[in-house]
Amino acid sequence: MFADRGAGGSVLPSLGRSFHRRNGSRPDEWTRRSVITAISSPQAGPDTLAVEVEGITKRFPGVVANKDITFSVRRGTVHALCGENGAGKSTLMKILYGVQRQDEGTIKVNGQEVNLHSPSDAIKAGIGMVFQHFMLADNLTVLENVVLGAEKLHGIGGGAKREIQRISSEFGLGVRPDATVADLGVGDRQRVEILKVLYRGAKIIILDEPTAVLVPQEVDELFDNLRELKAEGLTVIFISHKLDEVLSVADDITVIRRGTTVASVDPKEVNARQLAELMVGSELPTPETTESTVTDRVVLSMRDITLAGTEGRDLLHDIDLDIHAGEIVGIAGVEGNGQAELVEVIMGMREPTGGTVALEGTDISDWQVREIREAGVGYIPEDRHRHGLLLDAPLWENRILGHQTERPNIRGQLIDAKSAKADTERIVKEYDVRTPSIYVTAASLSGGNQQKLIVGREMTHASKVLIASHPTRGVDVGAQSSIWDLIRQARHEGLGVLLISADLEELIGLSDTIRVILRGKLTGTFDPDTVTSQDLGAAMTGADGSHDDAPDAPADPQDAR
Amino acid sequence: MSTATPTRRAEVKEKQASWLANPYARWGLLAFGGLVILSLLRVVTGANDLDSSGAIAAAFGLAVPIALAGLGGLWSERAGVVNIGLEGMMILGTWSSAFCAYHYGPWMGILGGAIGGLVGGLIHAIATVYFGVDHIVSGVALNIIGLGIAKYLASRFFTNLPGGGPTQSPPLPQPPSLSVPGIGDPLLSLERQHIFLISDFAGILRGLTTNVSVLTLITLALFVASWWALWKTAFGLRLRSVGESPAAAESLGVNVYKYKFIAVLASGALAGLGGAFLTLVASNLFRDGQTGGRGYIGLAAMIFGNWRPGGLLAGSALFGYTDAIRLRGGGGVHAILLLVAVILLLVGLWQLRKGRMLQGAGSLVVSALVAWWFFATDTVPGELAGTLPYVTTLLVLAFASQRLRMPAADGQIYRKGGH
Amino acid sequence: MTNANIRRALLSLAAPVLALLVAFLLTSLVLVALGDPVRDVWITMLSTPKPRQITNIVNGAIVLYLSAIAVAVGFKMNLFNIGVDGQYRVGSFAAALFAGQAWLPGYLNILVAIIISMVAGGLWASIAAYLKVHRGVSEVISTIMLNAIATGVVSWLLLKVAVRTPGSNAIGTKVLPESSQLEGWKLIPGASNRIYSLLILAVLVGFLYWFVLGKTRFGFDLRATGASETAAVASGVKVKRMVMTSMIASGALAGLVGMPLLFGQDFSYGTTFQSGLGFAGIGIALLGRNNPIGIAFAALLWSYLDTQANGLQIRAGVAPELVYIVQGIILFAVVIAYEGTRRLDIRLEQQRVARELAAQRAARTSEGVAA
Repeated sequence: MFADRGAGGSVLPSLGRSFHRRNGSRPDEWTRRSVITAISSPQAGPDTLAVEVEGITKRFPGVVANKDITFSVRRGTVHALCGENGAGKSTLMKILYGVQRQDEGTIKVNGQEVNLHSPSDAIKAGIGMVFQHFMLADNLTVLENVVLGAEKLHGIGGGAKREIQRISSEFGLGVRPDATVADLGVGDRQRVEILKVLYRGAKIIILDEPTAVLVPQEVDELFDNLRELKAEGLTVIFISHKLDEVLSVADDITVIRRGTTVASVDPKEVNARQLAELMVGSELPTPETTESTVTDRVVLSMRDITLAGTEGRDLLHDIDLDIHAGEIVGIAGVEGNGQAELVEVIMGMREPTGGTVALEGTDISDWQVREIREAGVGYIPEDRHRHGLLLDAPLWENRILGHQTERPNIRGQLIDAKSAKADTERIVKEYDVRTPSIYVTAASLSGGNQQKLIVGREMTHASKVLIASHPTRGVDVGAQSSIWDLIRQARHEGLGVLLISADLEELIGLSDTIRVILRGKLTGTFDPDTVTSQDLGAAMTGADGSHDDAPDAPADPQDAR
Repeated sequence: MSTATPTRRAEVKEKQASWLANPYARWGLLAFGGLVILSLLRVVTGANDLDSSGAIAAAFGLAVPIALAGLGGLWSERAGVVNIGLEGMMILGTWSSAFCAYHYGPWMGILGGAIGGLVGGLIHAIATVYFGVDHIVSGVALNIIGLGIAKYLASRFFTNLPGGGPTQSPPLPQPPSLSVPGIGDPLLSLERQHIFLISDFAGILRGLTTNVSVLTLITLALFVASWWALWKTAFGLRLRSVGESPAAAESLGVNVYKYKFIAVLASGALAGLGGAFLTLVASNLFRDGQTGGRGYIGLAAMIFGNWRPGGLLAGSALFGYTDAIRLRGGGGVHAILLLVAVILLLVGLWQLRKGRMLQGAGSLVVSALVAWWFFATDTVPGELAGTLPYVTTLLVLAFASQRLRMPAADGQIYRKGGH
Repeated sequence: MTNANIRRALLSLAAPVLALLVAFLLTSLVLVALGDPVRDVWITMLSTPKPRQITNIVNGAIVLYLSAIAVAVGFKMNLFNIGVDGQYRVGSFAAALFAGQAWLPGYLNILVAIIISMVAGGLWASIAAYLKVHRGVSEVISTIMLNAIATGVVSWLLLKVAVRTPGSNAIGTKVLPESSQLEGWKLIPGASNRIYSLLILAVLVGFLYWFVLGKTRFGFDLRATGASETAAVASGVKVKRMVMTSMIASGALAGLVGMPLLFGQDFSYGTTFQSGLGFAGIGIALLGRNNPIGIAFAALLWSYLDTQANGLQIRAGVAPELVYIVQGIILFAVVIAYEGTRRLDIRLEQQRVARELAAQRAARTSEGVAA
């Protein structure tokens, strides 16, 4: 997919999953064997192994999440677990932390076998876990969050405060015990989570996708913290699918694919490309060369769109964007830089403070959501459970959702159930929604099939524009490629598509042009055929110098570090 | 990693906060302001009963059941369980306290009231925590069942007692009352002189220190104990965490179900205690319909107090005061009309200044109407005066609801495993 | 698919039946503990009602049905309209006042009065709706407060407009003219009393409830908002407007609760006014699961219990308030049972879907289609 630029492996910011499998999915034997021979077996004997996992298997109804997982973690090292989304990493982590119980297999901590029935057991065994979604009570202070459940260790007053301050300075975490968590930024919250596990005497720290929400400076700070922890003799298990980060900080890497351990490697002896292939199981795909379908008819146009925020900083500032018929415009950016607000403004859920949005020339800036949808704008929401589906309603009613004023769902003021049901059958067939019938509730479907239903529904009604916000988030691999095909189909049919995604592969593979959004402004335009992920990554994080702050913005305390 | 910027900002913030940040200073200022306004109103309208010691004592007394109900609500909601069933628990408390007091004396009556409410709390806890029923549905059902149980048991047990009947108990022994010795009479004479501010202060002080029931003192002790337990102990931290983020609490090994259970039981007991107050102190018997919606007013006081005991006390005092003014007649309610008109006038002007034209105009219009009502009449008819506590509750909620911060996971139906 | 429907229907029935059994057991326990005659109580409660009583049961059910439908409209939007009591008090008073004046002839009088009751109830509910939408006040507390305020305001207004009913100390609004008094129908053979004519109102309301919610665009919007506010917003619903509309609709329907009584029995608003039907309506709506047919059965059951309980004092020497306990236990038990069966239903369905999908996959591979 990417040509190796320069020596030492290309920098792939993330590899979600295989983009377009060529020639089936059998792994390239030669590549795999050559990588595995590069494994350096652990240098020391069992008594310096902090964690040994053997044969872990976990089944859920209908799916085997973990199968025969085996690996060892040396004490005092940073050990990375790599795998795509859906490979089984989070189930494994839940088992290691006692939230789930394995069906088969053993876990040994410092040579002793342990039975983890609950997080307290894991804590007692010296394991601490920092979840991807922070487990913090916003309205309580840092002190209260840290001592919760461990009040016996140092009390809940002055003694605890002193201990927190001690740990904070020892590991360079910069945590203030009396701050209210709600006031803290993401990086600070993560440090509180790390401090929480250190406070409880954890010697083995598991970090679940810790860099998912961080900007690069914060990632560097985190890695510095991890190196400090290592220096003090602690062991870190680091779960991630971001290969460059893994390669830069890990001492050992274990790759998990489809629920099972595929390989354990030494980062010094593999490059990112080989690692990616291990994770994905086949050769990396190459971009499709298709004919461009971009016309010069503008279907959606935004001019000078500004959306004021609550603290003096604009959420969106002077956005100028054009989408042509037959074009996919991709928006790249770290989450929280205005993508969600951009979508809300276009869809009419928020009214912009300034500027105009025009649909085929008509000003829709102050139109209601319903009117905009009726005018032919389809919307695939970022969070389908909250914005796209009625989970307890049958599929055919979900087909109506979002379009309950349009044919074939309605006849006059009444719902035309018969036509809606018939059309739902059509969508199920055409969009390959795997379901026993259209009468099951949406909640019974898998994420991928839910999304396919939504895509089918929206594409049926979108006659002009399709807004796709993180369309393959939380979707299994098979459904993902179907959805990609569908989005390309939309473009082929002459729609203008706005694609917002955190998956750079998705963006690069689908878009005709890529814009980067940073702090509410569009800061760069890139051609997906020639862009490198370094360029994109730099623009997304402002490292390329394009992050002039919006005027009147107060200094961000995070920047001052 | 420098800490320069955060420190500087903190410094600036601290300077601004200084003495206003001290909650005691703030409350003190508020109390003094309230005193001044009351005194002014009394002098202007001549309604001397506005802050007479009698009125204050009555207000104090009526505030207690509201405060107890509100404290019960606070315990429950701090653990994330909405408790609409406080009224039903209070009703159970009225019956059980009457029953126990009649047969075993006033102290057992107090205990019995708490136990009666506790039973109600147990039902609510099992339904919401264990079975995952919607909190409000369970609360409403509890009110229905509590009313039924109390009515049934009352007619079953009180009908054949001397002085009793199917809807009321015979007269009950009352728990003792205390007074601060020596200052009662001098304060009374000071009060009678109607000097601006001084007499008002004397009246209020006398009302607060004469004939205070033991149960009132117990209530105050419970407030202090609750504050200490919830904010100064590990137990309280865990309980509050369960109401803020049960997922975080569970991930740290806190038994979420246990703390919710305890909290709801406590809330039932407190509401029951409020019922005991109604039967043993506010009156001296049990009567059908005695609670009169105080369970709900208690909830409003809790919201007004931003889910903290101090604010809750203030809210209860306010509601108790409006209740007392209404019951005592004497032109108090009528005088309040003037106060309301003035407040609305100020609010309207302030809204206009902020540019909210429609709201400001609305407030001014209502202010004018209320003022006209005040000047056009001499008294407020009994039936309408009877709605004063409820109208006050509505108004307070209308103006206060949006500025408040309830426990983050309040009302969330929590199932183990985080779903 | 039919299997699934049968299973779902059985599960839905299981809950109320289970609840009745639990209520039976627990009430018996209470009676035994208190030393009351258990046998006599149940003989009285479960005895076959006489025709006269059957009429009373049906009449009671009509009124309770209206109350429950009003509450159910709110429930569908996740709103708790506990203010039905106050709303129908205001509605009944306004209607009685108007109808008593007899400005319009006969049936027209009745029709307009009914409309007035709906308007009054809707207006009263709109206060709570406004407070919720624009000030974030929970409708649970505000409607309860409004109930109490309604009692006070209507009492005061009544004093101003009332006339003394001849031959007693009771006061009320002016009695309706003969032409506006509805006789009722003799539907129960052997009964000396009659079914309220406004039974048709209840039937009409039930039908409209089913139709509007299930078959119209507005109903879809309403149900979507109740199910997931965020999804509804994304689908184009104006949530604030929806909340106001449904609260007001609920209040308007609540206003109707007093109409059968007004036109079929009391013929004025006064001291005979029956309060407390609002809370019963909440229980019945929960029991009937917000379904128009389910609510009808629940209303009949509730009314049956109420009517049978009247005989408890005489025939079993037990206070009739026992029936509140029975009703309360039924309510709790059924709500818990519904929660349990709902979860079971979801789990069963997910398992079934997983099974059927696996079967589909197997069928496809066996037919030689590439995976």
